[in-house]
Amino acid sequence: MSNEIKIGDPIQGHTPDGPLADKWDHYKSKIKVVNPANKRKYNVIIIGTGLAGASAASSLAELGYNVKSFCIQDSPRRAHSIAAQGGINAAKNYQNDGDSIWRLFYDTIKGGDYRSREGNVHRLAQASVSIIDQCVAQGVPFARDYGGLLANRSFGGALVSRTFYARGQTGQQLLLGAYGSMMRQVETGKVTLYTYREMLDLVLVDGHAKGVIIRNLKTGEIEEHAGDAVLLCSGGYGNAYFLSTNAMNSNVTAAWRCHKRGAYFANPCYTQIHPTCIPVSGEYQSKLTLMSESLRNDGRVWVPKTKEMAEKVRKEELHPAEIAEADRDYYLERRYPTFGNLVPRDVASRNAKVVCDEGRGVGSGLAVYLDFADAIKRLGKDVVEDRYGNLFEMYERITGENPYERPMRIFPAVHYTMGGLWVDYNLMTSIPGLYALGEANFSDHGANRLGASALMQGLADGYFVIPYTIGDYLAAQKPVDAKDTSHAAFKSAREEIKAQLDKLMNIKGEKTVLEFHRELGLKMWEYVGMSRTAEGLAKALEEIPKLREEFWTNVRIPGTGDEWNKNLEFAARVADFMELGELMARDAYERKESCGGHFREEYQTDEGEALRQDEQYAYVAAWEYAGNPSTPVLHKEELNFENVELTQRSYK
Amino acid sequence: MSTMNLTLKIWRQPSADTAGKMHTYEIGGITEHMSFLEMLDVLNEKLIKEGKDPVEFDYDCREGICGTCGLMINGLAHGPRKLTATCQLHMREYKDGDTIVIEPWRADAFPVIKDLVVDRGAFDRIVQKGGYISINTGNARDANELPIGKVDADLSFDAAACIGCAACVAACPNASASLFVSAKIAQYTYLPQGNPERGRRVLKMVQQMDDEGFGNCSNHGECEAVCPQGISIQNIAIMRREYMKAAFKSGTLQV
Repeated sequence: MSNEIKIGDPIQGHTPDGPLADKWDHYKSKIKVVNPANKRKYNVIIIGTGLAGASAASSLAELGYNVKSFCIQDSPRRAHSIAAQGGINAAKNYQNDGDSIWRLFYDTIKGGDYRSREGNVHRLAQASVSIIDQCVAQGVPFARDYGGLLANRSFGGALVSRTFYARGQTGQQLLLGAYGSMMRQVETGKVTLYTYREMLDLVLVDGHAKGVIIRNLKTGEIEEHAGDAVLLCSGGYGNAYFLSTNAMNSNVTAAWRCHKRGAYFANPCYTQIHPTCIPVSGEYQSKLTLMSESLRNDGRVWVPKTKEMAEKVRKEELHPAEIAEADRDYYLERRYPTFGNLVPRDVASRNAKVVCDEGRGVGSGLAVYLDFADAIKRLGKDVVEDRYGNLFEMYERITGENPYERPMRIFPAVHYTMGGLWVDYNLMTSIPGLYALGEANFSDHGANRLGASALMQGLADGYFVIPYTIGDYLAAQKPVDAKDTSHAAFKSAREEIKAQLDKLMNIKGEKTVLEFHRELGLKMWEYVGMSRTAEGLAKALEEIPKLREEFWTNVRIPGTGDEWNKNLEFAARVADFMELGELMARDAYERKESCGGHFREEYQTDEGEALRQDEQYAYVAAWEYAGNPSTPVLHKEELNFENVELTQRSYK
Repeated sequence: MSTMNLTLKIWRQPSADTAGKMHTYEIGGITEHMSFLEMLDVLNEKLIKEGKDPVEFDYDCREGICGTCGLMINGLAHGPRKLTATCQLHMREYKDGDTIVIEPWRADAFPVIKDLVVDRGAFDRIVQKGGYISINTGNARDANELPIGKVDADLSFDAAACIGCAACVAACPNASASLFVSAKIAQYTYLPQGNPERGRRVLKMVQQMDDEGFGNCSNHGECEAVCPQGISIQNIAIMRREYMKAAFKSGTLQV
């Protein structure tokens, strides 16, 4: 591999000037707007129906725009936002504990290890307040106290209690609220819903996003759709690792195809690994299940002190309860006496890897114990059951083990991706008319996302940002005829996609799509996972292109392209993950510092914590596709911190 | 680790307008730790390697919340384990030598797309008629200006927990969607926000349920028994009460 990368022109995020707290309000008051009578002349294409996509679809339709909404599932309600468990942050200060918009802003910037934009994050904190109002008005059944007011819980990385929740199904309830609002607009005719549709390409007319190429997953037909702007709300790319807590169909294809048409991809190496997931049980494993990190409030994390003893446990010659206190290593409590088992996600994950690498893992060797024996002794079984009963049940259902009697086995898993398409303050990508919202963009979480912030960001983007900022672009555009796809750009994009699908179908090789995906995932996990080195990343940069080459000559896809064919769907997605994976490795290789979810072993403090290099790396790495996945061009956006001081995180 | 050999009898149907039939497959190497869908993944990998068409089935989150997966397993929607969606069912429920019969959800309102995949778009069209509170973005007052008692809020949540998987329809001898529709009606009946549209909502959603070709509820209770979220059949009583009130009020029903 070549160590030299091309550096392109620096880019600007277009954050407005002025005092932080006033930026958004001032900006909104001078932004261009589309006259109400003209809004109905514009058509907005929205890809994805999760929190970002559904909230954007309903809000834009309510304003009078025509919306075409696409999702890959049988119903918009299936989008993966539905799986978010914990909650949604908002600076309501209902608990009178000193919360404020500033404090939420500050926690988010710090939690992101100072790799996000001040202006965007402050706007997010401002919008958080309206989100809760909006969702309650929609009938979202949040948890309440006996007095009838909303309840809050605490979450990692914050010293106030600001997380709103609906049992362990907050994402589901917020999504169903947004979905309902969107279906109301389907009934009015302002939103046209297209289910079972996957976006495979972006159509550019004179450099502007003016349409999409879609595959109908039910029939295999290729469709063309024209519009005045395209909103990508297609989620994150965690499935590049094959195993993750993402839904099986979550993918990067829509975003990646836009990247190949010119949209910059920002900070692809920032991935979040969640420490409390149920470990892999065998090669057939298809996905990983997350268990709420609230378990770490009462569970104690440990492994046997010695390799020898761990080996006995692995061979089931020794029951964990038989291991004496003196032979256990409660490594988080030992290394971080102040925070103990409640260190942030990235720290907890990395330490689990370290002890397993030392040969002290339990279960298959890639697991540590999360033990509730002390909590049961201290609080009684009833209290533990009341707090965590549903999680214990879920664990038992999946593993067949009773966590009241035997410590849980847990291991970290890929959970969220902070990187995504680069967007400016308006959420517009580097392609005019193409926007990215929610997890699909890179904008608000820096190098690490705090718990209960993903739901907040998806809904802020869809309900309270894009309805304003899209007007600034559309006001200067002449509306297109949404029924007219006669422009040559549609035809050529369609033919390219057809040719790609035909090519995939005609390889007729020996290995299945699943085998390739699993192989890619293993490499990504090994080299671009929890802990990265220059050496490992260099290997990834060498091996991923080879795997990609093999994929394109040896993949076997059954069936035909003209019907429901899940293997074909997956093949196209895996093909894109193979290209993205290389970019993730390159981004991680070039970022010679540790920050948030990106840990480079060469850059750590004496105590083994992430060591940022603010002088050289306080920038957003925005990658431009230059015709070949192996030779991207790097554009830097400098991050300016006018309101916060950059400090080293410490949890000792 | 010991493994199981199983006989699978699976419904194969190339497309909506082609007749389907059961096919038998022998499969080995299944461990108790696999989920039911991972067992089908293993079967499909084997079929693809042999140059045969894999069995198509739908799924997404594989953690029991998205509602995409759903198979009729030995005649039971989502299989033998209570409060468990197909994706959360694990093979430790089975033993070596078992025969497992796997079919799609069967209902006139859910056309088969291929094999075990059915189209549940009818559910979206029902929701479209009123499964929401009509409020535009930006019009909400402060969330705590509207206190709602904890009991009502919890009951509303219990109903709202529905994942829309449609096991209730598949299990019902009448292929009724009453549990699904009533869960949405009940969610808003418990909340003051739902009040202004309550009559209109129930009339329109029930009408759409009928138009989609779902059957009527005759109190078998199969729906509640198979529901992975434990949605209560009491919601159907609430829906009926709401419907009667609204129908009398609107003049649709007269004594």
